[in-house]
Amino acid sequence: MPFLPVPLATDILLWFLVSAAAGYGWYCAGRPHLTAPWARVFRSKAAVASCVVLAGYLAVGLADSLHFRLRLERLDAASAEAYSPEVLSVLDLALKYLRERREKTYSAPFATRLYIKEQIELPNGKQTREFPRLRYGGAHLEDETRKLADIGRSELLGVVAALVAAAGAVYAARRLQRRRPGVPWQAAAVMLGLILAIALPVLLLSHGYHVLGTDKVGQDVLYQSLKSIRVSLVIGTVTTLVLLPLGIALGIAAGYFKARVDDAIQYLYTTLNSIPGVLLIAAFVLMLQVMIERNADLFPTAAHRADVRLLGLCAILGLTSWTGLARLLRGESLKLSQLEYIQAAHAFGVSDSRILSRHILPNVAHIVIITLALDFSGLVLAEAVLSYVGVGVDPATTSFGTMINAARLEMGRDPIVWWSLAAAFAFMCVLVLAANLFADAVRDGFDPRVRVGALPV
Amino acid sequence: MLAYIVRRVLYAVPILIGVNLITFALFFVVNSPDDMARMQLGTKRVTPEAIEKWKAERGYDKPLLWNSAAEGVGKATRTIFFEKSVRLFALDFGAAEDNRDIAFEIRARMWPSLALALPVFLVGLAVNITFAMFMAFFRATYLDFWGVVLCVAMMSVSTLFYIIGGQFVISKLWHLVPISGYDAGFDAAKFLILPTVIGVIAGIGSGSRWYRTLFLEEMSRDYVRTARAKGLAEATVLFKHVLKNAMIPILTGVVVVIPLLFLGSLLSESFFGIPGLGSYTIDAIQAQDFAVVRAMVFIGSVLYIAGLLLTDLSYTLVDPRVRLE
Repeated sequence: MPFLPVPLATDILLWFLVSAAAGYGWYCAGRPHLTAPWARVFRSKAAVASCVVLAGYLAVGLADSLHFRLRLERLDAASAEAYSPEVLSVLDLALKYLRERREKTYSAPFATRLYIKEQIELPNGKQTREFPRLRYGGAHLEDETRKLADIGRSELLGVVAALVAAAGAVYAARRLQRRRPGVPWQAAAVMLGLILAIALPVLLLSHGYHVLGTDKVGQDVLYQSLKSIRVSLVIGTVTTLVLLPLGIALGIAAGYFKARVDDAIQYLYTTLNSIPGVLLIAAFVLMLQVMIERNADLFPTAAHRADVRLLGLCAILGLTSWTGLARLLRGESLKLSQLEYIQAAHAFGVSDSRILSRHILPNVAHIVIITLALDFSGLVLAEAVLSYVGVGVDPATTSFGTMINAARLEMGRDPIVWWSLAAAFAFMCVLVLAANLFADAVRDGFDPRVRVGALPV
Repeated sequence: MLAYIVRRVLYAVPILIGVNLITFALFFVVNSPDDMARMQLGTKRVTPEAIEKWKAERGYDKPLLWNSAAEGVGKATRTIFFEKSVRLFALDFGAAEDNRDIAFEIRARMWPSLALALPVFLVGLAVNITFAMFMAFFRATYLDFWGVVLCVAMMSVSTLFYIIGGQFVISKLWHLVPISGYDAGFDAAKFLILPTVIGVIAGIGSGSRWYRTLFLEEMSRDYVRTARAKGLAEATVLFKHVLKNAMIPILTGVVVVIPLLFLGSLLSESFFGIPGLGSYTIDAIQAQDFAVVRAMVFIGSVLYIAGLLLTDLSYTLVDPRVRLE
């Protein structure tokens, strides 16, 4: 094979979660009582629009979650097959032109010259100090003064293409509206058009320029931002794999069995809760670092090592954040277990496990779904803070946290290097905002209590 | 009342023991002191003697739980568990990597932390409640709608950006206050203004939205309808009736964090160079100073439990229906 598939643990889990979500959707499809709350969610324009944005992020994240190692050229026919130690993803392959075109160091967005002056030898033998031309950024321009015209042309082309695509989307939305009313398809089409109007020109321009500039080692910031998306998604979703089983099992058990079980579980989560979050995470991560250090020879590549750290971080975040869900579920199942139908089930001699799975669990599912949606954005924001504190992802992994951390040190330069920070800010803010808006819609759709005095969004 | 307090304090003991066991398990069982030594000294070319010396200097060379080599009581006391974990109960935290007494550092550093955290807490509370009241007053109008939109947008921005952005605009562009630093006494004010403002702004989004939900929930109660039926002005209903009754849910969330204010804020303190407990913790984490992290974990949980106790006590003050038995 020309490549060796490298399924990293977080890749598998991310794809597993996506297929689980798809399975859940398929399961819901034929059951009106399960689709009803989702129909309420998707009645809101904000939810539909943010769903389009999240889908865009997910597409990038999933493309970045198919890893492999390319085969190296054989030295001679007799030598064994060898694979490059560098683990790449499908996204890396698609963005090869961004990944490989490294400049020497910083350069501003759309710059044609480097950020730092260099000694340059003129053809007549003299030396001057000036900003040298970039190796790749705007290298196709013979005359730098034509830069604006060149950018404008690409921009126009991209926007026109986006408008054509958006027109198609609006037309499709019209037809869908007739077939399935109740969902604001137009909002989705407009959002899609907006994303394309930004993404297509950027894509066109990124071949000739560094659209978001380059960082200290000359790497394209746009490429880094796109790579960071995966880490955010992994942190926001894989964490639930630890959080859910713990939160659901312990929360329901405490509320349903009461007495000793309740005491024990309450003690457990009060104890965990009483340690300030960041400190507990820091303590766990410090120990994780020591463990990774001790078993360094278990990881064939640096990517595996970084991946274990990311996975460990998810597990730790899950371990420290299940208490909120457990407390909510405890209260709810305490209430449910007093209701007549549960008493009736008891009287009929239905076993505890059956009552839990048939009567309690389905009736607390809305709390679980609301909590998951609300937690996502918090986890994405937490990653940035933890990476800053030094207990986040592996320093070699590109994430919004590591980008901010690196950019922070350059704030003192003059003229200021703002583009890394701005890029991380923009990408992260859009993701979190979309997640927040979607979570709000999910809460409104699933919460049995109708919100008071809110305008229909 | 006194009996209640005593009982609650006794309840705290098993929780603190739990915290202690968790930290002990994390720091000494999951990884042995040898691993920690190697981490600190560097993995490559480290001699067994160097590791032994590192362990002996920090008292990590004893057995974990049971010292069979010692005499009498020493079998239980001359162990890592007793010397490093049990002694935390006596607020004896030992020394940091730089040989400074941790308890002394904590006593010195908690005041700068408090000087920043307390204004952020008080001003933030006032601003959030005012903004939430404003939105609740204009509920179901576009003012309320855009207020909520603003809140969601502000929640979506990482605290890091508020800090970096604020430092850049106010200190670097406008030169209004120093970027970072600290001074003793009232001179500290000029260093504390910016972090306070930023801390308040960073909290507006989630805070105001939370209080708005509280107020709206309270406004759907019967007594509010009665008050309106009596012909009271909406402002009177809101400020006299709703605000007072909403105190109980507000207190639940607010009082518990008051003792934690001593711990300070990790991010603000390290960005603004304030020598408080927050920056102490961050430095310790980054230098992998396990003793300091252990001490902070313990103090954090003590303060949290104190907060829970205070919450219960505060109920009796605002809600005459609550009697502590």
